Amino acid sequence: MTLLVGKPWNEELRNLSLSGHVGFDSLPDQLVNKSTSQGFCFNILCVGETGIGKSTLMDTLFNTKFESDPATHNEPGVRLKARSYELQESNVRLKLTIVDTVGFGDQINKDDSYKPIVEYIDAQFEAYLQEELKIKRSLFNYHDTRIHACLYFIAPTGHSLKSLDLVTMKKLDSKVNIIPIIAKADTIAKNELHKFKSKIMSELVSNGVQIYQFPTDEETVAEINATMSVHLPFAVVGSTEEVKIGNKMAKARQYPWGVVQVENENHCDFVKLREMLIRVNMEDLREQTHTRHYELYRRCKLEEMGFKDTDPDSKPFSLQETYEAKRNEFLGELQKKEEEMRQMFVMRVKEKEAELKEAEKELHEKFDLLKRTHQEEKKKVEDKKKELEEEVNNFQKKKAAAQLLQSQAQQSGAQQTKKDKDKKNASFT
Amino acid sequence: MDPLRRSPSPCLSSRPSSPSTPPCEMLGPVGIEAVLDQLKIKAMKMGFEFNIMVVGQSGLGKSTMVNTLFKSKVWKSNPPGLGVPPPQTLQLHSVTHVIEEKGVKLKLTVTDTPGFGDQINNDNCWDPILGYINEQYEQYLQEEILITRQRHIPDTRVHCCVYFVPPTGHCLRPLDIEFLQRLCRTVNVVPVIARADSLTMEEREAFRHRIQQNLRTHCIDVYPQMCFDEDINDRILNSKLRDRIPFAVVGADQEHLVNGRCVLGRKTKWGIIEVENMAHCEFPLLRDLLIRSHLQDLKDITHNVHYENYRVIRLNESHLLPRGPGWVNLAPASPGQLTTPRTFKVCRGAHDDSDDEF
Repeated sequence: MTLLVGKPWNEELRNLSLSGHVGFDSLPDQLVNKSTSQGFCFNILCVGETGIGKSTLMDTLFNTKFESDPATHNEPGVRLKARSYELQESNVRLKLTIVDTVGFGDQINKDDSYKPIVEYIDAQFEAYLQEELKIKRSLFNYHDTRIHACLYFIAPTGHSLKSLDLVTMKKLDSKVNIIPIIAKADTIAKNELHKFKSKIMSELVSNGVQIYQFPTDEETVAEINATMSVHLPFAVVGSTEEVKIGNKMAKARQYPWGVVQVENENHCDFVKLREMLIRVNMEDLREQTHTRHYELYRRCKLEEMGFKDTDPDSKPFSLQETYEAKRNEFLGELQKKEEEMRQMFVMRVKEKEAELKEAEKELHEKFDLLKRTHQEEKKKVEDKKKELEEEVNNFQKKKAAAQLLQSQAQQSGAQQTKKDKDKKNASFT
Repeated sequence: MDPLRRSPSPCLSSRPSSPSTPPCEMLGPVGIEAVLDQLKIKAMKMGFEFNIMVVGQSGLGKSTMVNTLFKSKVWKSNPPGLGVPPPQTLQLHSVTHVIEEKGVKLKLTVTDTPGFGDQINNDNCWDPILGYINEQYEQYLQEEILITRQRHIPDTRVHCCVYFVPPTGHCLRPLDIEFLQRLCRTVNVVPVIARADSLTMEEREAFRHRIQQNLRTHCIDVYPQMCFDEDINDRILNSKLRDRIPFAVVGADQEHLVNGRCVLGRKTKWGIIEVENMAHCEFPLLRDLLIRSHLQDLKDITHNVHYENYRVIRLNESHLLPRGPGWVNLAPASPGQLTTPRTFKVCRGAHDDSDDEF
């Protein structure tokens, strides 16, 4: 990506006069053609409470409907949702990424709300830094995801900034270009708005929050930037619905008491925001991100990693040397850790094996015991069975003997009775 | 789950989700194309830099050519080497000017190489030139890897090297071939047939064909390189140029009256050779290529390809590169890292993800 950075060199070099038309006045056009064929990247971060109108404003700014479902208020923490879109206007291709803070301001304890945002911004810087430090790198077709502009949505309370806003903005101001805007500005009356704006600006100044300064060093844009800066923070209204006004359709919000027109400069500052963000300063926002915020991050990160530009003897260090040394150190540590882990693993395996063997032995013993017990029981049962059989046999024998006796007795009895009967009969006769 | 217990969830995706971003239809003007004007304003304010090197034997009209190209006396004094015996060793002579045209400021650096190919023994006469080019890459690299970097790293890298082929009419000489082979891998080389007014039209065409054949045989890839053509339009445009390379040029810095017009040309007894007349020589093509249409492209290829190649080699196998003036001493490499130097060809547009090779 062709990034233009820098300031004009001082004129200590000789100025040569040309005796004819050379033709390098086409250089800016050559440059622009190159950039057009490569396309542009622009990344916007929207920070604001749920329901404050971030998605609607993005839709209104870019005149399109980015698909997104409204977030709920039940998020356990703040998370960032990034979506990329490709827009094309005449021959300019823009890769727009919109990052939303979902769940911002919804928690009861908002101490750590700013952390995911800062982490995300740092992660993008880190990704770019990693690409830049690679040996074989391809920066010219790298998809730049670094945040170029942060739109901070201030709730239209009419009083002052919330402490959450102050804390978050303070954490973000050294990492990203902050443009504060007052959301849902149609709820504030005009006189209150003026007071509100000055209150906000004075609070920002007194707390040392550095918001994005529109550049005023370039004659062509200095004037418009200066006039627009006075209106910060921009009070915006977003709407994707069109209402018939006069004989034209315009984006507006319809109320029973009137219609708030989005593109009417008397009603809100939307047009100013669009001018500043897109039509006048998009390139400057990208440049500031690259030359100021990214360089700061890079410097801090490299110093953290232990790199210096000069050592105590003021001999220039080679980044590569230190990098190699660190890398070897790291690899050595890694290897050591690996060894440790391997040894521990082996030990554990052995232990487990021993345990398992023990258990197996126990089981075998139990099994034997059970088997023996079972055998014994079986024998007992057999013995008892035999006893029982014997008893039954005895009983049968006794029964048989008893029956015999009885039948004998009966027979003799019967004979006796017969004899008696005969005798009687005989006596009768 | 306890709603009060915030799970420190990392962001959903630390990079935008879809690699292929969906195109969106805009229902009205937004003003995105204003960014082109913003770019232009910025570029005009910042100014441009261009570094060109001219290589060739003495007497081939290099200095005159530079003066003709930039329509000014780039070399203040007499061109070095004129009337003076050629220096014993190859010296590099740089001069920097700021020229302005219609609000566009250009910082031009021209490097001359008097003494190239002038000795009896020209072995390794390309070494000082290669050393100089690599030194500029090295300077840029050193600036780039500083912790606290400058906002704008001064670009002294050679963006284009114009090689002057003497008009023998036959084919490329061994010296030419050796030099071109080595240089085309490090810098954008544009060969031109110098002093083309000593050749007739037919001789020029034949010479040109033979040179093109020579270049093909020895795999010398001169600018515009075919592998860097971005799209079909580029290819068509560049193919037309590639057909005419090397351009047959004539340089002149004196004006003469021809048919009532004042033109730059060389006056001889048999006529005036108009430098800017396409029927006489191909100087306009060279000027258009170098300045009017491909200047930015030359710089881009130098930055994205040649410089990156240098950087890769430098960060990987620097212990094998010859030591030149001002090069940083790196720690000696472990035996496992010693490999033969490979020439890398990083093609633009090919996205290489294999950084774990290194």
